Amino acid sequence: MIRIDKLNVHYGSAHVVRDVSLDIATGESFALVGESGSGKSTVLKALAGQIRDWSGTVDLGDVRLSPGKHPRELIRRVQMVFQDPYGSLHPRRTVDDHLDEPLQIHGLGDRDQRILSMLDAVGLARKFRFRLPHQLSGGQRQRVAIARALMLEPDILLLDEPTSALDVSVQAEILNLLKGLRAERGLTFLLVTHDLPVVSFLCDRLAVLKAGQIQEIAGVEQLRHRNLGSAYGRELVAAAEGVAAEQA
Amino acid sequence: MTLSVLSRDWLLDENPETRLQAKLGQSYRMTRALMRNPLAVLGLVIILALLVVAAFAPWLAPYSPIEGSLSNRLLPPSAEHWMGTDELGRDILSRVIHGSRITLYIVLLVAVLSAPIGLVLGAVAGYFGGWVDRALMGVTDVFLSMPRLILALAFVAALGPGIGNAVIAITITAWPVYARIARAETLTIRNSDFIAAVRMLGGSHWRIVARHILPLCLSSTIIRVTLDMAGIILTAAGLGFIGLGAQPPAPEWGAMISRGRTFILDQWWVATMPGFAIVVVSLGFCLFGDGLRDVLDPRQRSK
Amino acid sequence: MALLEVENLKVRFPSESGMVEVVKGVSFSLGQERLGIVGESGSGKSMTGRALLGLIPKPGVVTADRMQFDGIDLTRLNERAFRRLRGARLSMILQDPKFSLNPVMTIGEQIGEALAFHGRMSAREQKQRVLKMLEAVRITDPERVYRLYPHEVSGGMGQRVMIAMMAVLEPDLMIADEPTSALDVSVRGQVLEILDDLVQRTGMGLIMISHDLNMVARWCDRILVMFNGRVVETCAAGKLGEATHPYTRGLLASLPRLDETRQTLPVLDRQSLGGL
Repeated sequence: MIRIDKLNVHYGSAHVVRDVSLDIATGESFALVGESGSGKSTVLKALAGQIRDWSGTVDLGDVRLSPGKHPRELIRRVQMVFQDPYGSLHPRRTVDDHLDEPLQIHGLGDRDQRILSMLDAVGLARKFRFRLPHQLSGGQRQRVAIARALMLEPDILLLDEPTSALDVSVQAEILNLLKGLRAERGLTFLLVTHDLPVVSFLCDRLAVLKAGQIQEIAGVEQLRHRNLGSAYGRELVAAAEGVAAEQA
Repeated sequence: MTLSVLSRDWLLDENPETRLQAKLGQSYRMTRALMRNPLAVLGLVIILALLVVAAFAPWLAPYSPIEGSLSNRLLPPSAEHWMGTDELGRDILSRVIHGSRITLYIVLLVAVLSAPIGLVLGAVAGYFGGWVDRALMGVTDVFLSMPRLILALAFVAALGPGIGNAVIAITITAWPVYARIARAETLTIRNSDFIAAVRMLGGSHWRIVARHILPLCLSSTIIRVTLDMAGIILTAAGLGFIGLGAQPPAPEWGAMISRGRTFILDQWWVATMPGFAIVVVSLGFCLFGDGLRDVLDPRQRSK
Repeated sequence: MALLEVENLKVRFPSESGMVEVVKGVSFSLGQERLGIVGESGSGKSMTGRALLGLIPKPGVVTADRMQFDGIDLTRLNERAFRRLRGARLSMILQDPKFSLNPVMTIGEQIGEALAFHGRMSAREQKQRVLKMLEAVRITDPERVYRLYPHEVSGGMGQRVMIAMMAVLEPDLMIADEPTSALDVSVRGQVLEILDDLVQRTGMGLIMISHDLNMVARWCDRILVMFNGRVVETCAAGKLGEATHPYTRGLLASLPRLDETRQTLPVLDRQSLGGL
């Protein structure tokens, strides 16, 4: 479903993504793991068409991406959920406006029905439909953002740290929701995160990135058994376990 | 059901059932917030009074604003002429009342013309950036770098005196400020995630600017326009005063002050009464604008 | 005697519908130990920390039956006296060093300024102290970092500079509000070790405010769990696993683990907790 071959991204003179190649199957949930500056978000942005200058080949399904272009058939196929639920909703538009917009843009009918069933699907009570973002909690906003991304029924969902801005107990709700939606709709997930336990819960495989390069690609079982192959991967696991990074 | 519509509870319902109810509820909350501020209410009353006076000027004015009798020239305020009469024996109250039409005409026309121009140019410059931004903002800076009245003066001088040309001149001098504001606001929002989300949903640039960016710039522009009204009135009055705005015998307030200047020491009312009208109306717009800012833009609320 | 004693601390803010209490009667005492205050957003944990430092912004109101720091009654202090106490004896580390450091002053100048503000010493002596402090927070090249501006250092380095700035006056109590949340995981450990080291060496008290249960359990001696403005659980850090309160248990359970195999994560039942 997602095939990336030798993706390279430069920001000015900085080479932030180096020869990243990935092959993600339909229905798979794949994580990009690393620290800030590892280039993990940059990969996601390239797939989302948010950066223009990259090189390499990227195929999403049967559509080939080219830098600086975001073809229309891709929009119906790939959507994204952002990290900050406060910044990803327009402060003056209601939940309804947010969910209605993709339908308007693509001229889809039966809008009321679609919005209501989507609210149900993401577990938002219908009474929230005409609320403004500031009347919602962080978790509810993130549900709206997920609903908006799903309105066009995409195959691929790009998730940029979707729970790192949320409280622990709310994180559990959103993670459960995402897991359920993936099973129900056969979605393919590409998740960017620094939180290894989240990967363990939500993903099948992961790639560890450091300084723009893939250190290793591992199955989630390896992660669960703290059995990552690369030195950096083990370092991350140790840090997540709370063992002070002794090599520091 | 029909009864519950438009009741207070229906408007304040936390869980509106329709888009209409949600929108009405929002406006109701805003109105209520505005009404809690006594100064804003005073401003609103003044503006409403100006509207009423302008609308019913022929019926409210006791005398003709144009014709007077020379036997009544320069009478002090009295029961018959509340604001006295001018050097041609015209009733000043009637002239001030009719003058409100001219003032309103200028103010509204300038606002309607300049705000959208500034808003759109600023948002477009901020959103697209690059050479579009540099070109548009270059032009804006040229206009901003000159004092407003002098620039307006230059334009009127070029176009010829008259209300219509005064409006055009003031508009030309007014829009750059709004463009600056809209651009600054756009720069802070153009990289936000919600804009990226719309782009991912396939929204065109036009749609993003019109439906997502402009509404967010709107409130600060409305506030600024309302606060600028006083300045616009004063600029118009200034042009009138110099003789480049409304032409006699039109009862424009600035022009009236200008005529009264000759008699200011002995017949103070001739210049004072229209001046008073200018001050009151300007103040009304200022107070209302301040109140509006508190409601629309809580971040800038003065403590 | 305890370093800090707090009894029935309340913080209130006026709102359109009357006063809203964000901290609803918190009591605890602190010796020369590391105390963790955990809770989710809106639990009142940060407000508790700020109240201790007299940093609740107007129009907030702070009341307490008792709030004593080393024999000083904090409830009676005026703004000036508080300011003298802060920095010299009480200090605070905030989440993101980017917002707490002055962008137009070099790091050396900023740390030096704190010293100059609270005591007289020669410029030479001051610089020596600053360099020593930078070394103490494990900055390998203090001479170079001394001359850098805040934007020229990484997040982890910035937080270490922040700690150096706060610790240079050798305070008796340090309050760290989410000191590592803005940092990468691998840097977190270092920063926490430095804090720990300071506590061991200088014998200062440390209050660590965080949303991260595991982190607090690992780095503190004792934990207060806050929910809805109240302390719902107090326990020794090592015994967090034996916590009894449903909220604490719920939080612990809802956290995914590295070896996660559950199909769904248990979710807090806010309805039943709401009445607390």
